[in-house]
Amino acid sequence: MLEIEDLQTHLLFRGGTLRAVDGFSCSLRPGETLGIVGESGCGKSMTALSILRLVPSPPGKIVGGAIRLDGRNLLALGEAEMREIRGNAISMIFQEPMTSLNPVVTIGRQIGEAIALHQGLGRRAALERTVEMLRMVHIAEPERRLDEFPHQISGGMRQRVMIAMALSCNPRVLLADEPTTALDVTIQAQILALMAELQQRLGTAIILITHDMGVIAENADRVVVMYAGRKVEEAPVEALFAAPLHPYTKGLLRSIPRLDLSITADAGRHRLAEIAGTVPPLSQLPPGCSFSPRCPFATDICRREHPPLEEKAPGHFATCWHSSQVAGAGP
Amino acid sequence: MTAPVLEVRDLRKYFPIRGGLTARLAAKVHAVDGISFDLHRGETLGLVGESGCGKSTAGKAVLKLIEPTSGTIKLEGRDITRLRRSELRPLRREMQMIFQDPFSSLNPRMSAGQIVAEALAVHGIGRGSERIERVAALFQRVGLRPDQMAEFPHAFSGGQRQRIGIARALAVQPKVIVGDEPVSALDVSIQAQVINLLMDVQEELGLAYLFIAHDLAVVQHIAHRVAVMYLGRIVELADKRALFGEPLHPYTEALLSAVPIPDPRSRHRKRAVLSGDVPSPVNPPAGCHFHTRCPYATERCRVEAPELRELKPGHFVSCHRH
Repeated sequence: MLEIEDLQTHLLFRGGTLRAVDGFSCSLRPGETLGIVGESGCGKSMTALSILRLVPSPPGKIVGGAIRLDGRNLLALGEAEMREIRGNAISMIFQEPMTSLNPVVTIGRQIGEAIALHQGLGRRAALERTVEMLRMVHIAEPERRLDEFPHQISGGMRQRVMIAMALSCNPRVLLADEPTTALDVTIQAQILALMAELQQRLGTAIILITHDMGVIAENADRVVVMYAGRKVEEAPVEALFAAPLHPYTKGLLRSIPRLDLSITADAGRHRLAEIAGTVPPLSQLPPGCSFSPRCPFATDICRREHPPLEEKAPGHFATCWHSSQVAGAGP
Repeated sequence: MTAPVLEVRDLRKYFPIRGGLTARLAAKVHAVDGISFDLHRGETLGLVGESGCGKSTAGKAVLKLIEPTSGTIKLEGRDITRLRRSELRPLRREMQMIFQDPFSSLNPRMSAGQIVAEALAVHGIGRGSERIERVAALFQRVGLRPDQMAEFPHAFSGGQRQRIGIARALAVQPKVIVGDEPVSALDVSIQAQVINLLMDVQEELGLAYLFIAHDLAVVQHIAHRVAVMYLGRIVELADKRALFGEPLHPYTEALLSAVPIPDPRSRHRKRAVLSGDVPSPVNPPAGCHFHTRCPYATERCRVEAPELRELKPGHFVSCHRH
């Protein structure tokens, strides 16, 4: 349904070019949740912004690739056609609802505006639909909230308003960029449960971008792991957690403290597994595999040649010269 | 057991909200509403809770970075609650803080070495080349190279900056370190490095940590005992295995079950999802603060605040059900 092919989104500076997204491909099926996981600067948010063609420019620019929604290449559309798609066929929710809602416009008007614009409804009908949307995201007394401003409601409720707004035009694709990162865990659980419920009801496909492996494990059907602008692994969620094939994925999974394991497993306090070093800046990527300087499996070929993305098991892709060793190295 | 390094009793911090032309007292934010705990040498006490529960305010009040409204704080048996600034200064050596944001907590106009050396200068520790050697040793201890002393904070990554913050805190050889979300701004792969560093230096130096965080998995990893706060009060305090293994307070239970587990196989486990939001600390609910969201609340909970009682050795809970 949504297909991204060899996307190249670069940041053009006078001093040179940074490849924020470097040859990213993936596809999204109707009704599924695709998780994109990675650390800051890995290109996950840039990918989402590219899909909506909202990459801040300058310095950002989509310089290559294709993004197809039902076969139509979004990168070839004019600005007016693109505006027709944003918030309508594809919509997005962001990490910080306070900065993405207009602080001087009431909640009723913000949602109503989008509905009136995209669905050509009159004021009255748009208002009714707004109340219906607020009720759908479980906001109590929706009629009362219509006249309130974003600062008057809690963070969790603001995120609900954003979701209501994003879903108000029945989008086919919802891009959720760290939708619960700014929220407390009990509120996060509420919001994620709400998103799953609405997905079931409306059949929306979701791209869920997060750095939190727990959120991925509990909500994604398929997972893409990104590192330094590239996809390094892609797999169904069970396979990714059971048998990661890229050393970076494996390192990430081993380095997080686990609430479910360590209570029973160890009486004392053990050291966490570390991934050595830090993510290299995009301006100083090493030759060959970008992860090679931090990788315990790296050999000469890794430092020389970038490994291709290969299907190592059905539906399980990785870019690693030594993935069979990684798989055999135990958890 | 030896005497605690830090004893906190019935600590309260209310912030006034003033309004109107005369700036009369309109209301009070009950940020910290009577908390008590001990902290022992070599021990980490995790202080967890959601935003607005008062955990950061508690950390600052314990260090007297803000003036507590009431209660007592004893450092090695000495009551420091009412000490004046000048009397407090020599004691600041004993208690240090590590902040959440490695970007705003380091002076951008000082080199990394100067930042750490300043802590030594303030307390008159060492001088000249001796001081520089000490700083170099601290750099090495926290995993930085001594030649990085000349660089400025912007040249370091987030994880390295947090290492500078740790070196600064360690410089004066404190007994207690309060860490306010010290790893939550870091990327996952860097977080593990900093957690390991904190645990290593604790073991080496016998430091006591008050580790304030919202990430329960991190706290479970690093802490020995854990206190759970809700709207200014401690609702449960126990050894970490007891607290995570058999939580007794309904809020602790809900908090634990809300944490996403990085294992797709545990997706369909039974969870206690809380409804609603945390009420405002300006007008906290009467009785038990948690009763508005508690699935077990009864009439008694709405009127009578439960006391924090020791139900099992070392396991304190404030709930009428127990």
